[in-house]
Amino acid sequence: MSSVTSSSIAPKRRRGRYFRGLSPFSYCVLLFIAFLSFFPFYWMFVVASNGQDVIAKVPPAIVPGHNFMTEFHAVLDVVPFGRTMFNTLAIALVIAFAQVFLSALAGFAFAKLRFPGQKFLVVFVVGTMMLPSQLGLVPLFMLMNKLNWINDFKALIVPAIVTAFGVFWMRQVVDAQIPNELLEAARIDGAGIMRIFRSIVVPVILPSAFVLGLFSFLATWNDYLWPLLILNSPDHYTVQVALTQLNTQAYGVDYNIVMAGSFMATAPLVLLFVFVGRRLVAGVMDGAVKG
Amino acid sequence: MTSLTAGGTAPKSHRRKPNRVQFKSDHPGGKVKYNKAESRWAYLFISPFYLVFLIFGLAPILFSVVVAFFNWNPMDNSHPYVGMQNFHDLVADPIFWLSVRNTFSIWFFATIPQMFMAMGIASILRSPKLRGRVFWQSMLLLPNITSAIAIAVVFGQMFGRDFGIINILLSHIGRGPIDWIEGSVTSHIAIASMITWRWVGYNSLIFLAAMNAISRDLYESADLDGANKFQQFRFVTLPQLKNTITFMVIVGTIGGLQVFAEPATLGGNYDGGDSQQFSTLTLYLFKQVAVNGTYGYAAAIGIGITVLVVIISGINFFITRRIAGDGSK
Repeated sequence: MSSVTSSSIAPKRRRGRYFRGLSPFSYCVLLFIAFLSFFPFYWMFVVASNGQDVIAKVPPAIVPGHNFMTEFHAVLDVVPFGRTMFNTLAIALVIAFAQVFLSALAGFAFAKLRFPGQKFLVVFVVGTMMLPSQLGLVPLFMLMNKLNWINDFKALIVPAIVTAFGVFWMRQVVDAQIPNELLEAARIDGAGIMRIFRSIVVPVILPSAFVLGLFSFLATWNDYLWPLLILNSPDHYTVQVALTQLNTQAYGVDYNIVMAGSFMATAPLVLLFVFVGRRLVAGVMDGAVKG
Repeated sequence: MTSLTAGGTAPKSHRRKPNRVQFKSDHPGGKVKYNKAESRWAYLFISPFYLVFLIFGLAPILFSVVVAFFNWNPMDNSHPYVGMQNFHDLVADPIFWLSVRNTFSIWFFATIPQMFMAMGIASILRSPKLRGRVFWQSMLLLPNITSAIAIAVVFGQMFGRDFGIINILLSHIGRGPIDWIEGSVTSHIAIASMITWRWVGYNSLIFLAAMNAISRDLYESADLDGANKFQQFRFVTLPQLKNTITFMVIVGTIGGLQVFAEPATLGGNYDGGDSQQFSTLTLYLFKQVAVNGTYGYAAAIGIGITVLVVIISGINFFITRRIAGDGSK
């Protein structure tokens, strides 16, 4: 209590102190966190590029060695890594494009068009989103069996081409970025709905659509449980399935190979992140305010 | 306006006004008159989503209830009706209950410390004087883009008993070595640290966005009232973050029940360790499908998980109502 009264004597000095400049300590904390964020990537490469004998000793090597190419070839002996990279890239791109396009259409409809049953259709989806995804796993797998889609990329792509997340994301985006006056004006000028979508909606929402595409691409690249269940021949593996196989087969034997595989699976994403990290940060934070 | 929102493509939902001009539907007198052509287009636009959703989303969920009453086996085509047998087995299955305990233990170690860390990081990041904002934010989000499997591989190596860097660091302060993977609680901590590493930065950004949305006036008046930094956090920031915290607990619970890649990678199989010390619910379900081929039992596990989700949601709802009833907003 006494501190409260004493500090109120000089309110001017106190004004805005909550947002005063950062102490060196805060920067140290941030630097430490940035180090922790990056360290596992670095460590992947250290282990992957040093021989087994250098890793399995105390103290271990903490700088990269010269062995990476050896481990790289060892990985290729176990799984066809180039092939799996191509598979994953192709699947992720198809899903990202389909998801952006179909979500934009549905999002536009929900945000700007009016039709009977609109409210019910939204509530219906939100309601089922609350249920855990494991619930449908077994019947979905049985369905894929029936469709003869086991070990077929269709089983990964078709269920993912448009998701509730994408539709809601796009609904928010269209709602926020397209003024109704603009649509009204276009309609008075005689533009049809398809024309309005193509010439007005699409150009405006393109940046946000790109972020959704990125999220979708990353999610597909990193997906593991469902591909693990569906894919069973090495030439059909995605990167994560190949990594799991590598880990299972070399488990307890050779960490260097597994780490080399992990590094190869992760490096493209880190590279991508260098270019799009900013947009992803903005996307995450926008999503947070919406939710 | 900070550089952050300027660079973003922020959908601002508050721009929406209650009396906005309705596109393609002038409805004087309150009753909505639908335009036939417009409705047709709308249904066409949403139909791909509902088609996919009904076939691959809703139908499997509904059918799982049917599957759980049969003994489906991929080997033969017979699938005898067994009534409640799968559920009786589930309730009597010690590994199922062990997996429930493990899942909650991992969830606890992954969610609670992470929440405080994320809040602390966000408090640092929100300072307008911060330099290199985009760099720090990007470094925070970087772990989130990597695959859980690659990370589990690295962390598994770092938590190794003999040559793991964590035990080597511990030995410098005269502790250890700890057999992280073999122990029950220690393996949970190892898995929780992987989850925390992946998500703490992401959640910091969520908190940061929520903190940026708090009006500065509240702090100014708290300042004039002589509240110190801690009091300002406790009585201004924290109440304003209530919705974000609730949201994060819900998302964290859903994610926590899906923990799979980390224990699968750590063990190299779907057992969850030599004594199932880190078997999780999803790992156990997956093992029934992929290894044992007992689909009916796997479906029963899925229903068991759903029952748990409903119970947790109920408790969560109750607690949130209690807190809300305390008078803050």
